[in-house]
Amino acid sequence: MSLDHAISRFVHDGCHLSIGGFTVNRNPMAAVYEIIRQKKRGIHLYAHSNGQGVDELIGGGCVDRLEIAYAGNGRFAPTCVRFRKAVESGELVVEDYSNFQMSLRFTAGAMGLPFLPVKSGIESDIANQWGFKPAARRSDEKIPDLKLCIIDNPFGRWADTTRLVLVPAIEPDVSIIHAQTADSSGTVRIDGLAFTDIEQAKAARHVIVTCETIVDTRQLRKQPERNQLPFFCVDAVVHLPMGAYPTACYGHYDYDPGYLNDYRNYAQNDEHHRNYLDRYIFKTKDHAAFISLQPLHRLNKIKADPDTGYATGLNRL
Amino acid sequence: MTQNYNMMELMICTASRYLEDGKTVAVGTGAPCATAMLAQKTISPNLVILFEAGGIAPELPSMPISVGDSRTFHKAVMAAGMSEMMTTCSRGIVDYAFLGGAQIDKFGNINSTVVGDYYKPKVRFPGSGGANDFASMCWNTLIMTVHSKNRFVEKVDFLTTPGYLTGPGSREAAGLPDNSGPYKIITDLAVMGFDDKTKTMVVESINPGATKEQIQENTGFELLFSDNLSSTSEPKPEELKILREEVDPTKLVIGR
Repeated sequence: MSLDHAISRFVHDGCHLSIGGFTVNRNPMAAVYEIIRQKKRGIHLYAHSNGQGVDELIGGGCVDRLEIAYAGNGRFAPTCVRFRKAVESGELVVEDYSNFQMSLRFTAGAMGLPFLPVKSGIESDIANQWGFKPAARRSDEKIPDLKLCIIDNPFGRWADTTRLVLVPAIEPDVSIIHAQTADSSGTVRIDGLAFTDIEQAKAARHVIVTCETIVDTRQLRKQPERNQLPFFCVDAVVHLPMGAYPTACYGHYDYDPGYLNDYRNYAQNDEHHRNYLDRYIFKTKDHAAFISLQPLHRLNKIKADPDTGYATGLNRL
Repeated sequence: MTQNYNMMELMICTASRYLEDGKTVAVGTGAPCATAMLAQKTISPNLVILFEAGGIAPELPSMPISVGDSRTFHKAVMAAGMSEMMTTCSRGIVDYAFLGGAQIDKFGNINSTVVGDYYKPKVRFPGSGGANDFASMCWNTLIMTVHSKNRFVEKVDFLTTPGYLTGPGSREAAGLPDNSGPYKIITDLAVMGFDDKTKTMVVESINPGATKEQIQENTGFELLFSDNLSSTSEPKPEELKILREEVDPTKLVIGR
């Protein structure tokens, strides 16, 4: 399936969307840019420690509500710039969780459970401050009535635990992940860190997988222990080389410090950011056209070293 | 005497001495990561470094800039996902959490979410990430931050990450593991621990060039000073050499 078709088919205005990846690593960026290009609006977005993908979707005007644990891009933007602006101006409603809470919420969704218990979050403002107010929650059937719930251990002091936080499942309308390898039916192989991508995918009603390489099913079946997601969990597979760029894709390319530094500078100024969107996203017809705008010397520098899986010696200042 | 190191180098070298050999440490990005790398190359060759995105016990030849960086699992024993790492913390087998933060109060509670009102913040920060999880579930939390009145506040605007909450017994009453909590705060002016009785911050050692008055002036609450107040040792030449040449040769962290 082509990316524009997959996005127009599964990502709708106001939908609940979850994107994989972690900070500046293996975000499904081609899909993010296509969502911006198609001017989707009113999205309810979920991630855990996402960075660039979340920030671009917010900057692209696509997101109304956000549930996350963290929005930062390491040294390129310790707090994501468009995220910060949108929250400080009150344009974006955020509900904060911790990383483990978010990964358990996706796991609960992936298991078809209403919630899972966790030890972290008790007596913090993550438990006490709710991004979505109770009335708003009750009037929206796609948001649970409670942000979370603290209970006494119903098994007494079993497992040496007295109290627990129950965090509600997330069941996104659609999850999008970018993987190194898939076959055309949707079986997925992720190399390196999986983050919470698989749980995010399994929790969703629809799943779009973009990948660096499409291989024959027989190749994936030779080493089934290396595959993480079976084809029957996936709705659309899109072959997209450099599909995580400018974030890293282990074994293929590193994050691009040049792009990410430039992006931070554009994002800090509304007019520059509008010009950025125009030039790189609205005026490019697809991801290949977007990639062709990037200077070749930069793309060459981020090529992964076969020994390490990242660009050894890359200047990351 | 002119000093031949900057404040970041001083903090990293000081903090590295608190990471005991053979222990496990969950580290955040930046200075905490550099500190764990330095400790591994000096006093604690068997220190086990863990990253929340799933890098387990890597050998780190170059500095990751995010806890999800591909560098976090270079020659690691496992490259897993977030659940693997967090369930390990939840199991109670991770010794140290090593964090930064925007604000910290006298009980070691940390804010990395907002300055001002949560719904209309003056400044929005990235949020908890794994910080709340680590400080809730690992045994000892180390915190590294610059010492200023804006950061050391009477009350944090948003309690992202629990320290000793409201004082003695409050972590246990909340349901957090017994005998867990903040352990050391390392700043550019001092090293602080926590008073056993009150669970409030107590200055244990003063950094080279700093004074008691200066430390108190840069703190937004009344500090305790230990009866055994000592002086923080200067960074040793070999620590500085390893930090500059092996841990962070391109000055991603120490250059700031």
